[in-house]
Amino acid sequence: MGAPQRRLAVTLVALGVVLAAAVVLALFIGSAQLSARAVLAALTGRAEADSVATVVTLNVRLPRIAVAALAGGALAVAGVAFQALTRNPLAEPSVLGVSAGAAFGVVLAQIFGLGLTFLAALGLAAFAFAGALVAAGAVYLIAAAGAGLLIQTLLLAGVIVGIFFSSAITVLISIIDFNRLGGVIHWLLGNLAPIPPGALLVFAVLAALGFWLVLGQARQLNLLALGEEAASQLGVDAERLKLRIFGGAALLTGCAVAFAGPIGFVGLIVPHLLRGALGHDNRLLVPSALLGGATFLLLADTLARNVIAPAELSVGVITSLCGAPFFVYLLRTRYRARL
Amino acid sequence: MSAQVDFHEIEFDYAAPAGRRGAPPARRAQPFHLGPLSFTVAPGDVVGVIGPNSAGKTTLVRLLTRVVRPTAGEIRLDGHPLAALPAARLAREVAVVPQELPHAFPFTVEQLVLMGRYPHDPGRYFEGAGDRAAARAAMAATGVLELAALPLDELSGGERQRAVLARALAQEPRLLVLDEPTAHLDLRYQAECVGLLRRVNRERRMTVVLVAHDLNLAAEVCDRLVLVSAGRAARLGTPEDVLQEELLRSVYGCEVIVDKNPSGARPRVQVAWPDA
Repeated sequence: MGAPQRRLAVTLVALGVVLAAAVVLALFIGSAQLSARAVLAALTGRAEADSVATVVTLNVRLPRIAVAALAGGALAVAGVAFQALTRNPLAEPSVLGVSAGAAFGVVLAQIFGLGLTFLAALGLAAFAFAGALVAAGAVYLIAAAGAGLLIQTLLLAGVIVGIFFSSAITVLISIIDFNRLGGVIHWLLGNLAPIPPGALLVFAVLAALGFWLVLGQARQLNLLALGEEAASQLGVDAERLKLRIFGGAALLTGCAVAFAGPIGFVGLIVPHLLRGALGHDNRLLVPSALLGGATFLLLADTLARNVIAPAELSVGVITSLCGAPFFVYLLRTRYRARL
Repeated sequence: MSAQVDFHEIEFDYAAPAGRRGAPPARRAQPFHLGPLSFTVAPGDVVGVIGPNSAGKTTLVRLLTRVVRPTAGEIRLDGHPLAALPAARLAREVAVVPQELPHAFPFTVEQLVLMGRYPHDPGRYFEGAGDRAAARAAMAATGVLELAALPLDELSGGERQRAVLARALAQEPRLLVLDEPTAHLDLRYQAECVGLLRRVNRERRMTVVLVAHDLNLAAEVCDRLVLVSAGRAARLGTPEDVLQEELLRSVYGCEVIVDKNPSGARPRVQVAWPDA
C-alpha cells in the first residue's frame, strides 16, 4: 500500500472516530435535559414508545443529527469541488453566491406549496438544484468574460450574484403570507430542524449522488489545477470533467440548502483545515471533507442548540461568525501573495 | 513512412471577432490565419520552432496536442491521424512542458510528477507501484528527487522548471514538446536545462520539439529549425540554412548579424542595435 493510501485510511479512521464522538455528544445533550440512562433506554427500545425520552431522542435528536451530518458533508465536499473547478482556494458555495441561488429556488418552491413529503421533497430539491445551477452558471459567465478566471473577478462575481438572489428572496418573502414568514426566515438563517424520513431519504440519496460525481473525478481534479490546457494534454476530457463537477457541486449545494438552509462558510473552513493537514490532493480532500464537514456542522449545531438554551441559535449564525474572520485570515495571510 | 510527426497542408483560423466563445485572447485583435503549413519531424530529432511574437508558434504546439483542431489538412503521428487517437494514447505519445505553472494549489513535487502517470492508467484512483517507480526515475533524471516532498511554491524558478520537466518525463512520451523552457530561468538554469534536454534526447531516444524565443539556444540545441512567420513556415532546415541575415531581417523586421559561435560551428545571431 502506497503512502497516500495509508494517509487516507488513517485520516478517515481518525475523522470517523471524531464524528462518532460528536454523534454521541449530540445525542446525549440538549435542552430537554434527558438523563444518559433515559437516552440509552430510548435508543435500545426499552423505554415507552410515547415517553418524552423516546420522542426527543428518536424523532428530534437523531433526525437532526442526520440532517446536520449530511448538510455539513455536502457543503464541505461542494467547497472542495468549487475550489478545484475554479482553481480558486477561496471558492465556496456561499461565497460564490451558489447557496443564495439555491435558497431562491427553495423559497420559490415553498410559495408553490412544496413541503417535506417524499415527492414534495424531491420537487424542493429540484428547485434548489436549478437555483444553484443558474447562480453558478451566472458567476462563471461573469468571471470568464474577462481574461481567464482571476481570483478577484470570481469572488466579485460571487458577491454580485449572491446580492442579486438575496434581493430576489426578499421580494418573494414580501409576497408570502405573513403567517408563514417566520418559518422561512428561520430556515434562511440555516435551520437544522428534524425532517421526515422520506425527505431525509431524498437528501441522503442526492448527497450521495453529488459526492459520487465529485469523488469519481478527484484524480482528474488534481490535473485540472495545472490549467485546462495542460490537463487535456495529459489526457483529461476537461469539458466533461467541468460539467460533472459543476453538476455534482451544484447538487450537493442544492440539497444541503433545500433541507438545512443556506449555511455559510462550511465549504471554506473544513477544506482549509484539511488542506493544512493533508495538502492539496483532491483524492484525500474529497472523502475527508465528507466526514470532516459532517463533524463540523454537527458540533456547530450542538453548540447552537445549547449555548443559549432553552432558546436556540441558528447554526448558520455560528458558521458565519467563525467563517467570516477565517476568510479574512486566509485572504490576508496564506493567499496574500497570489492575489 | 519514417516521420514521427507529419503536418500536412495544415491550416488553422482563430475565429474573429474577439470576445466570442472560443475566440482568441483579446490581445490578438485581428483574425488570425495559420498555414498552409507542412513539415515533418523524424524520430530522435531535435526540432526548434522559432519566429516572432504571435507568428503561430504556440498554435503549432496546441495543434500537435489537439487542444485545437486544424480547419484544413491532416496531422499524423507515426502515420496515424491525430484526430482519431484516444486522448490518453495521445498523452502517452506527446508530453508538453508548459511555459508556466499555475500555483493556486501548491502540490508537492512528487504529486506533480505523478500527475504525468495519469494517461498510463486513467481509471485508477491512486497511482500504483510502477507509477511511483517511473516518477522517482524521472525526478532523479532532472535532479529533484531530494525535493520530492516539498510544495512547489517553496522551490526556486529553476527547481520548479526541473519539476515540470520531470512530470513530462514521467509521462514516458516518445515526443517531448517544450514551450519556451528557459524563458524564466537565469543563465545557470538555462545551461542545466540544455544539458538535460540533450541527455533526454540521447539516452531516452526521445524526440524533442523546442519552441524558443532565443535563437541562439535553438541554434545550439536543434538539428533542424522551423522558422514561422505570420502563420507560414518561412523556412525549414538546419540552423545554418535558416539563420540567414537576410531572412531574419525580413521576418523580424530588424537588423541582425549572424556569425559563428566560437564554442562550436553553430550560427550565432545578434541584434544590430540601432543607434538612436
